[in-house]
Amino acid sequence: MKLRSGSTVLDDVDLKILEALQEDARQTYTGIGKHLGIAHSTVYDRIKRMEQYGIIKKYVVEVDAEKAGAKNITAIMTIYTDPKESEVVAEELSKTPEVLEVYTSLSEELLIIAKVVAENQESLHTFIANSIAPLPGVLRIRTSIVTKKFKDTPFSISSKPKLMFIKGTHNMK
Amino acid sequence: MGSEITSKILRTVPREKAFYFFTSIGNYTGVSASSLKEFMERLNEVDLKSLEFHLYRGDFEKWIDEVLQDPELAGEIRRLPKNSLAGETVRSQLYLAASRRLKKLTS
Repeated sequence: MKLRSGSTVLDDVDLKILEALQEDARQTYTGIGKHLGIAHSTVYDRIKRMEQYGIIKKYVVEVDAEKAGAKNITAIMTIYTDPKESEVVAEELSKTPEVLEVYTSLSEELLIIAKVVAENQESLHTFIANSIAPLPGVLRIRTSIVTKKFKDTPFSISSKPKLMFIKGTHNMK
Repeated sequence: MGSEITSKILRTVPREKAFYFFTSIGNYTGVSASSLKEFMERLNEVDLKSLEFHLYRGDFEKWIDEVLQDPELAGEIRRLPKNSLAGETVRSQLYLAASRRLKKLTS
């Protein structure tokens, strides 16, 4: 891994380690090293540095909510906002546990797109009516309830070109 | 009716207590009302779909009863023959009830 001014450059070894961890984050350094033909100390060193620079953000468990017995509905909200208030609205949305993802988008109008979960349609409506619609700057809301999920895959390092430039804040000479 | 009760019903409520008009689950029209007067005015502007959505769910009487604390108007709206109301009649019946009540409270 090399660091340039404002950017992090990952080499082939880093990318392969990331790919291995994305497949199974519980693998040992030795296991990854053996698989890639490098020393476990190299794997350790690379992983620690990628953690330090925020390239590896966290290790999480992917839960199958349905199998876990959670009977939730998912909806995608498009929130049209007053441009002056959109940042505040997005921040407020981000604070609520019901909202899982929040994005802003500039098309013809400034939009916030958010993924929200609720127990049922009624609790979804109550949440939007009581917590989202009253936020200053919310002009209107369109909500689509998800009926079937076809794909839900986290970003995978293997799907990107071999050499990556990731914008960062760290400098190293 | 005491002037205190009348003032309470006619007050402007904070935005988190306002009535937000939706056309279906999660679809907010951008129209809201923070007082009985504003509610009456909005009845004439909002999409008919929204009025039908809230009428059949019983949202109007719930808000009028719990937030504006006017059981009389809430009761009148609750008693509207919802199953036989359709189209613009929904709007006119709601407007009539709200305007009549507002007139009574302000006269």
